Amino acid sequence: MELLMATTIGVLTAAGLYLVLRLRTFPVIIGLSLLTYAVNLFLFATGRLIVDAPPILRKGVETYTDPLPQALVLTAIVISFGMTAVVVMLALGAYLSSRSDDVSLPPEDESREGEA
Amino acid sequence: MESAAGFLPIIAALPFLGALLPGLMIQAGRNTCTAFTAASTILALTLLMLCVPSVMRGEVLTFGIDWLPSLGLNVNFMLDGLGLLFAGMILGIGLLIILYARFYLSREDPMGQFFTYLLLFQGAMVGIVLSDNILLLLVFWELTSLSSFLLIGYWKHLPEGRQGARMALVVTGLGGLAMIAGMLILGNIAGSYDLSVILTQKDAIQASPMYLPALILILLGCFTKSAQFPFHFWLPHAMAAPTPVSAYLHSATMVKAGLFLMARMWPVLAGTPEWFWIVASTGLITMVIGAKIALFKDDLKALLAFSTVSHLGLITMLLGLGTKAAAVVAMFHIINHATFKAALFMTAGIVDHEAHTRDIKRLGGLRHLMPITFTIATVAALSMAGIPPLNGFLSKEMMLEEVAHTYWIGPAWMMGAVATLGALFSVAYSFRYIAHVFLGRRRHDYPALPHDPGFGMWAAPAFLTVLVILIGFMPMTFAGDLVKISAQAVTQADPYVKIYHWHGLVPAFWMSVIAVAGGAVLLALHAPLMRMWNATPRPEAKTMFDAMTRTVTRASTALTDGVHDGSLTRNAVVFSVVVPVLGWFAWQAGGMTPPTREPLPVALVPAVGWVLLLVATALLVVYHRARFTALVLLGIVGLMVSLSFVYFSAPDLALTQISVEVVTIILLLLALNFLPRETPAESHPARRLRDGAVAVMGGVAVTGLTYAILVRDFAFESISAFHLANSYKGGGGTNVVNVILVDFRGYDTFGEIIVLGIAALIIFALTDTVLRGEGGRWLADWDPDTNPKGQAGDRHPLMMVVATRVMMPIALMVGAYIFLRGHNEPGGGFIAGLIVAIAFLMQYMASGYGWAEARQRVTYHATIGLGVLIAALTGVGAWLAGRPFLTSDYGYLHFPPIEEFEWATAMAFDLGVFLTVVGAVMLALQSLSSMARRTGETVNVLPMDVDPAREETGESGGGG
Repeated sequence: MELLMATTIGVLTAAGLYLVLRLRTFPVIIGLSLLTYAVNLFLFATGRLIVDAPPILRKGVETYTDPLPQALVLTAIVISFGMTAVVVMLALGAYLSSRSDDVSLPPEDESREGEA
Repeated sequence: MESAAGFLPIIAALPFLGALLPGLMIQAGRNTCTAFTAASTILALTLLMLCVPSVMRGEVLTFGIDWLPSLGLNVNFMLDGLGLLFAGMILGIGLLIILYARFYLSREDPMGQFFTYLLLFQGAMVGIVLSDNILLLLVFWELTSLSSFLLIGYWKHLPEGRQGARMALVVTGLGGLAMIAGMLILGNIAGSYDLSVILTQKDAIQASPMYLPALILILLGCFTKSAQFPFHFWLPHAMAAPTPVSAYLHSATMVKAGLFLMARMWPVLAGTPEWFWIVASTGLITMVIGAKIALFKDDLKALLAFSTVSHLGLITMLLGLGTKAAAVVAMFHIINHATFKAALFMTAGIVDHEAHTRDIKRLGGLRHLMPITFTIATVAALSMAGIPPLNGFLSKEMMLEEVAHTYWIGPAWMMGAVATLGALFSVAYSFRYIAHVFLGRRRHDYPALPHDPGFGMWAAPAFLTVLVILIGFMPMTFAGDLVKISAQAVTQADPYVKIYHWHGLVPAFWMSVIAVAGGAVLLALHAPLMRMWNATPRPEAKTMFDAMTRTVTRASTALTDGVHDGSLTRNAVVFSVVVPVLGWFAWQAGGMTPPTREPLPVALVPAVGWVLLLVATALLVVYHRARFTALVLLGIVGLMVSLSFVYFSAPDLALTQISVEVVTIILLLLALNFLPRETPAESHPARRLRDGAVAVMGGVAVTGLTYAILVRDFAFESISAFHLANSYKGGGGTNVVNVILVDFRGYDTFGEIIVLGIAALIIFALTDTVLRGEGGRWLADWDPDTNPKGQAGDRHPLMMVVATRVMMPIALMVGAYIFLRGHNEPGGGFIAGLIVAIAFLMQYMASGYGWAEARQRVTYHATIGLGVLIAALTGVGAWLAGRPFLTSDYGYLHFPPIEEFEWATAMAFDLGVFLTVVGAVMLALQSLSSMARRTGETVNVLPMDVDPAREETGESGGGG
């Protein structure tokens, strides 16, 4: 299972990075969301993977998974929602104000037409 | 006199406290402002005087407060003879400068600002000389660099002032950085950062292999501060400052800080060949070069500046000799130099002030016009030249005596000869200061007709000149004790101090005679020499400095522009490449332990989920241009992520993730309404390949890192066991994650809900701004029909309206349930907040914004504020019980019909979290919806477009 988790995080990171490097705001936002998943899963995984041992105290149960990364990730998920919302608004505001959803300012002396 | 040590921190703090006053007091007039400035200095000086008896008895006063003991950084003050000498000089001459500046500054100069800077600087200097802890000393050291920058650049309108200030800051600041490194090494060798300990470790320090690096680094700091060759060039440029600043910084304080430190470190650093070669040679060279340049400067202040460089060199050389007798002379000359040089600077200022020029070529014959200034300047300059019986003569004579017996390089008399040459130049420029400014014929072309200034302006230099004469005639009475105790502190021994005028026909006598005679000859030949000097090319320090700064600036600009040219993409690429590369180095450099954890067996269901997630992600990348499809795929990925939380024992995370997922997708959908539906394919294939490579590299790196972590146990015991053990006992809850959030790490959570609230407010403000501007006008002209995909026909379908309305109470109840059980079972404020927000959202989506808003009683801003407030009040409540902020308490209540019910103050805190989350999510979505309203979408009054209960009119509430 460890390998599955590691590859999941890796693939999410790779996909996130690729989309973040796109030139329009929307893919960048999607890419950031994927990176958020990757980071949250990674932080969560630092508590190591344990099955069927939620950190809810029960009489007679001795094995629990690590609660600390979970608490951190829980707030991280909520905060990253806030972040996504702000970025979305920035993108939307930029598009509505400038009619362009380019991530970067267009180069002054180069035109886009030459590119595929 | 035990209480005297308690004065030390007050003495150090007084100038800083006093610095607050001038800015306020200037409103009450210039005299009041000066009086208040002087008052703090006088008070500090008085307290210092109260310490004198103890120090004179040979005691070392110490006062300590622990600040960061774990770092060895403590506020430890110490006062011994050396500190007393310098602190006295800084405060005493500071007082005279304040008086002088009152009359020197014109009405246009902001005097409050000036005195504030001056006191800041004074405080920093006093801090340096009173510090017992070298880290504290470094803090003050840097403060002198900063505050002197403000002082030198005080006349902001003058480019020379700004450039001079910058140069001084760069040079002394860089030296300060080197010194920090040196001090840290020193502290490391000695095992303590307290001077009182370091000074006892001479043998350990000098035997250490790190002695030489530490020495060089510390000396770099001292030499840059004290303007030693080749760092002497900043000092003349700092002369663009108002004269009181020059007089203060360059006679008694700033440049003496380097000397102070060398003297302070003398017991442990001096006495080695390295010390002798570096310090004595630098001092000697500086002394001769400074004196030579001073002779050829026409600007009065430049002349004095280079003479200061020269005299600092002299003192440095004396310290460098490493003998006790030389240290005594160094202390004596520090006193003498401070007296005559401060007086000279002030007279130069008076001449400038009255004649409106300080160019020697335009002056001369002033003795007729300004007899008082002439007298003061002559006495001080003669002392600088070393003419008996003034105090400058005494220390110069003693210096020559020391040098005559020291072997440097070449023949035995080499050092003596070079020092005599320096003294000769010194005599020449001192004579020139008198002859070319005050003597000679009266001219008729002064820019302004000079006359003696009022008493206030010449009082300070006159006082100093009196000291020059008194020390000159009766050195043992007026300076003997001070020299003795300060030399005692420097040498950590009991030196023999005997200052007298006539030594007999010793070498020093002849060297003095040669210097005076030679100086007079040089002055006579000054005009032809000056022509020669002007004809010879020589390196111009400012040009070199400027060229160097330009090169460095250009190089760093090129680097930053290359890495970050304002393009987000380029920045992201650089980051994504650099981090894995650095990680690779770390991986290579660090050792890897073998895996310690047995991998979990792969089960079928999670494996299917894994495949789903990977496929969805791959599709997402491939089809990301179709934005709607991308959102759907993103939803799948998010779902899989929350399922993985379920599988790996994290129910709270799963609940949070899935609720956030819902909210995020809705948000993105709403945003997509106004964004283009497709992303154009515009990157070049090569670029896509590059991005792909970068992405794969990052992905592989993260996979490797994660796997390496997952198959190994913690390297160190983690603190999680504590939380598991104390969750129920201390926090009263069995859901450890929730207890961590609201109790153990409540402060973090408190910060996080504030962040969330701020994010929501940003969104609100941003929307408002966009709608008011260009974006709003564009939206108002928005034609929904331009959308290629068209619109859904029925905006508020009957089925959905009915279903959501039925679900509303159920959803709210689920929210309440999740909230209440949160402390013991999966749930809590965050999740409940999201669930309730979703319940509201469904109403907005199904029945329309206008309908829902009409039924909304509380604004979301208020909800956020209330949430944060409740959380804060819960925390404050702990204070009432005498506990720290956010300490929680809990207990059990039992109401007969219901089973035992637990209460905890953490519950109230969680309520705050809940309200903030609800408010933040709703405010974000409300902001987005307000954009939709701007497009002219009709707000439906009725909840349903088609209502069977209503008579069919064919008209729907919605537009479109």
